[in-house]
Amino acid sequence: MARPFKETLSSEKFIVTAEVGPPKGTALEKTLHDIDLLKDKVDALNVTDNQSSVMRFPSLGTCLLVKERGGEPILQMTCRDRNRMALQSDLLFAYTRGIRNVLCLTGDFITIGDHKEAKAVFDLDSLQLLHTVRTLESGTDLGGNKLDGAVEFCAGATVTPEANPIEPQLIKFEKKVQAGAEFFQTQAIYDLHNFKRFMKHVRGLDKNIKVLAGIVLLASAGMARYMNQYTPGVFVPQALIDEMATAEKGKGVKKGIEIAGRLIWQLREEAICDGVHIMAIGREEVVPDILAASGL
Amino acid sequence: MIIAQRKPLEDIEAMLTGYKKLLVLGCGTCVTICWAGGEKEVAILASQLRLASKKDGNEPLTLEATVERQCEKELVEALKGSVQQVDAVLSTACGAGVQTVAELFPDTPVYPALNTMFVGMPDREGVWLENCRTCGDCFLDRTGGICPIVRCAKGLLNGPCGGTNNGKCEVDPEKDCAWTLIYRRLDQQGRLDLMRKYYPPRNFQAVIRPGKIEALPA
Repeated sequence: MARPFKETLSSEKFIVTAEVGPPKGTALEKTLHDIDLLKDKVDALNVTDNQSSVMRFPSLGTCLLVKERGGEPILQMTCRDRNRMALQSDLLFAYTRGIRNVLCLTGDFITIGDHKEAKAVFDLDSLQLLHTVRTLESGTDLGGNKLDGAVEFCAGATVTPEANPIEPQLIKFEKKVQAGAEFFQTQAIYDLHNFKRFMKHVRGLDKNIKVLAGIVLLASAGMARYMNQYTPGVFVPQALIDEMATAEKGKGVKKGIEIAGRLIWQLREEAICDGVHIMAIGREEVVPDILAASGL
Repeated sequence: MIIAQRKPLEDIEAMLTGYKKLLVLGCGTCVTICWAGGEKEVAILASQLRLASKKDGNEPLTLEATVERQCEKELVEALKGSVQQVDAVLSTACGAGVQTVAELFPDTPVYPALNTMFVGMPDREGVWLENCRTCGDCFLDRTGGICPIVRCAKGLLNGPCGGTNNGKCEVDPEKDCAWTLIYRRLDQQGRLDLMRKYYPPRNFQAVIRPGKIEALPA
């Protein structure tokens, strides 16, 4: 049995989470393989929810698989595809199946994905979803009706430390803290100087806020440049792009593993934040290598 | 005002296949200002349709008229004589205008020449921006007069998502992030406390669709 994530959060341990992405279709072999590979190497496994607005096997269903195989799932929930009724009923179901962690997200916009003509819901936003979790825990639903059996979750949220401008992002972050977010998993960070400044602000607000730095594996210098140009809130410093460019042909991922490992090592060594959230985006098989490179 | 856009000519022609006598009916208010369906646009569309028919070897009747407001029955009723001469009406008004004509003349098919797009305002010559979602529960007092329901792609009430990209929206880099604009405006006015408040989920019963208002004159 995996240790409940809530307990891990209250321990002094440097926390490591990773993510698995459900398949496009019903062939679960790779997802199951990733779950089995990672479940005992990390403290919890996030399962993405129709990530990048691409329709897939559900997050909730995959969380059940993580649970069945002895892992500790974090249910990612976005507000893009379901209204407040569907989100609440999914939370009730998740609780009855032993899912105890939920990451409350607004969700990418519908037009970046593969169902561009669909109706984007956004009945709630990420903050309202956090409040919804807390409301259900108090024994009532959003309509003010009494529940016959309530829920209890460890609820988390996200933040983008490299957002530009940063001030509105920080205001929303504080609202999430006030709403009772128990942990934060950040958008990818690469520049430790900037991230330290962000963490200084966080620690100034409240020393107990648990922040797991987002680590996205770089696969090539081209990918780094692409993210700088097209991925909002992601900044890869030129020095890292240059370092990626030194990789021999076909060795980009190896270099990316080295960089990710070094970032994690430094975050832990200098106690900059409380842990890391590793997003390998389709290369889950190398997560153990990243951990090895970090010395964890 | 209501902003509309003309459908492609081939779509309009496809809708009107088989009709020999037609009234192209414009509206003198919103769609005149947004260059979609006023007197001038009616004249252009009517001549395009005449040209297309001639090419097919037909000599159809294409009447033109424009009323001040096509959404008002009293103003549309005056066109009874013209409507009786034709097989169909092609309306270049918003959806409200099209439906007013349809209701007044139930024996005559009415076709929309425009797509009704949004409630907005002119930005610069030939450019109109959507500014109001007609949500029925105006939020502008809390956001410095900038509507996040319509100007934020996700309609967020509690601040920006992670998709702010140098003050632009990840959905469309041409558009400003509404929450960046709101932040700057509230900061400028010393009212950032408004942004720090929690706003609960919206009430979608504010307008029970289809909307209906009964009011007495002031």
